[in-house]
Amino acid sequence: MIAALVEDRCTNCNACVRACPGFVFDAGADRPVIARIEACQTCYLCELACEADALWVNPDEASASAPSPAELARSGQLGQIRRDHGWNLPLDAGQLDDYRLLGPLLNEGADIAARRYASRG
Amino acid sequence: MIASTILRADVLVIGGGMAAAWAAIAAAQAGASVVMADKGAVGTSGVTATGGPGHWWVSPDPALRREAIERQEAKALGLGDPEWMARIIDLTWRHLPDIAPFYPFGSDGSGGRYVQGVRGPEYMRALRSLASAAGVTILDHHPAIELLADADGAIVGARGIALDSEDVWDVRAPTTLMATGGCAFRSGLLGSHGNTGDGLLMAAEAGADLSGMEFGPSWSLSPAWSSTRTLPYFAARFFDDAGRELDIPPPKAGHAHLQALGRAMQRGPVLADLSDAPKALPGVLRSIQPLTLAAFERRGIDLWRERFPVRLFGEGTIRGTGGLRVIDDECRTSVPGLFAAGDAATRELVAGASSGGGAVNAAWALSSGRIAGLAAARQAAVSRRPAAITARGLGRVGLRPRRAPQPLELAALAQAVGSAVHGYDQAFQRDKAGLARSAATVDAHWRGLADHARAGGRALVELRAQAAMTATARWSLAAALARGESRGLHVREDAPATDPAKAHRLLVGGLDRVWTRADHPVTQGVAA
Repeated sequence: MIAALVEDRCTNCNACVRACPGFVFDAGADRPVIARIEACQTCYLCELACEADALWVNPDEASASAPSPAELARSGQLGQIRRDHGWNLPLDAGQLDDYRLLGPLLNEGADIAARRYASRG
Repeated sequence: MIASTILRADVLVIGGGMAAAWAAIAAAQAGASVVMADKGAVGTSGVTATGGPGHWWVSPDPALRREAIERQEAKALGLGDPEWMARIIDLTWRHLPDIAPFYPFGSDGSGGRYVQGVRGPEYMRALRSLASAAGVTILDHHPAIELLADADGAIVGARGIALDSEDVWDVRAPTTLMATGGCAFRSGLLGSHGNTGDGLLMAAEAGADLSGMEFGPSWSLSPAWSSTRTLPYFAARFFDDAGRELDIPPPKAGHAHLQALGRAMQRGPVLADLSDAPKALPGVLRSIQPLTLAAFERRGIDLWRERFPVRLFGEGTIRGTGGLRVIDDECRTSVPGLFAAGDAATRELVAGASSGGGAVNAAWALSSGRIAGLAAARQAAVSRRPAAITARGLGRVGLRPRRAPQPLELAALAQAVGSAVHGYDQAFQRDKAGLARSAATVDAHWRGLADHARAGGRALVELRAQAAMTATARWSLAAALARGESRGLHVREDAPATDPAKAHRLLVGGLDRVWTRADHPVTQGVAA
């Protein structure tokens, strides 16, 4: 679940308040507030919306614990999802050039499992 | 509920996912004024936003399309409709490229662009942009609570709650379109927290019936700590916690694969080993599915080398087939003024007794959205719109309890309803006795809700979500009991054969009393 809002990065733009499908955040005076964490679905879409790279979601759907802001900054994980997506790149930047491989790789995996099962001793 | 905001529109779309967006876009492009009211936020709501739907994609070569439809008809096991299949193939082919001004289509590897598969966050962002450009009024964080009807019982809009202010909103429109998605019963399935069947409950309170609710359940494999996309796990080997390899039929075995995993998970922890994964996968997973990789990297796990615990996340009617019955070729429901699209509508027309799989399901969401949106716009254009419409709210549970209001333990209720539908102990071996026990459990919760539940503001939104999941579970279990055979996704341990005499759809409905009946094709009667 949403686990960290790094205060010195947050610009209080409220993009996360608007983007969250579970309405987890409230707008606040200085920065958004995580007001309804029980509605967090660990979808990372708030991170994608945060151009300040100030949010960090714990991948455990039941845990809101987070490393310290300094550790998060060192980890390289702040903003990683946004960069991996190429979320703010121009539409012709080629950020989805590998996407066509999804279907073939999925089928290849299914074929591997089927062959292995058929030949099991 | 007294409304503080009243809007008027030609078409009200309830929902904010893929089908809702395509419906709103089609209606607005046809000249209708459109309000789209979503519980979440258009762009991040629903299971498409975290997914990556491939669409049923067949070029307009008549032989290829005929062949694709024949294959799909065989999977539909007697309950599909080839004309509907042809329509959705065609609409998908023509309209998916419409998102190009807002979507970063990638390369197809041979100089063109790859269109048929799209990544969820970028796709839903593009649909939001397209809807805004078409002039749709988008109300994010505005869950609908109840439909409104005129004196004749026709739907004339809806009322709901604005989540930030907790004020009541009211939208009046001659046509309303339900596109609230499927119901995953809060299983934790990625992106499905808001998919609680709200639209099914609202429509049923207006008298709508449903179809295909017996076709489920299904499950999605993921690491035990959170649901992800399943791409990395297709070649997985499985081990118990003593390191013994488990004998699990492969994913292509469908129900047998899931059943074997579910039974192993009842005995103890199951670990996945991805060392057999396709050689090219580790190098490209980050650029295909960044979110899937984050689930491991942030726990310091090398998913290709280390075994990790897995579990199954229920998919409810998102993978299952059922939803509101569609009575004509324009996606009308059995209630005047109310249309349905996407996973909120039954997908049997194109999927029959099986899940359509991602590709057919995505094509259905796009196409049924467009069909319903256009039809609603046309109907609104010819309907007379009186200056002031008096309307009554049709919501019952949570709003107008049958007896004295009492506080209810909602967390326990959600748990019980979820396990009645998806619990490994019974859902993997559906039989009459087990289904009847589950139905009795869920019925008792329904009675508590209908008798005593009442709330306002955001608490009402959550209460209605709980009630909608409970109602959806009742319809699913009643339909599963009534279909005394196995067909497609519906597997009965006590009736493993498919009965040729039961190659018909099954309708279900009702709130206080749930009913089912066979939906036999209408035979042309001779006038007496």
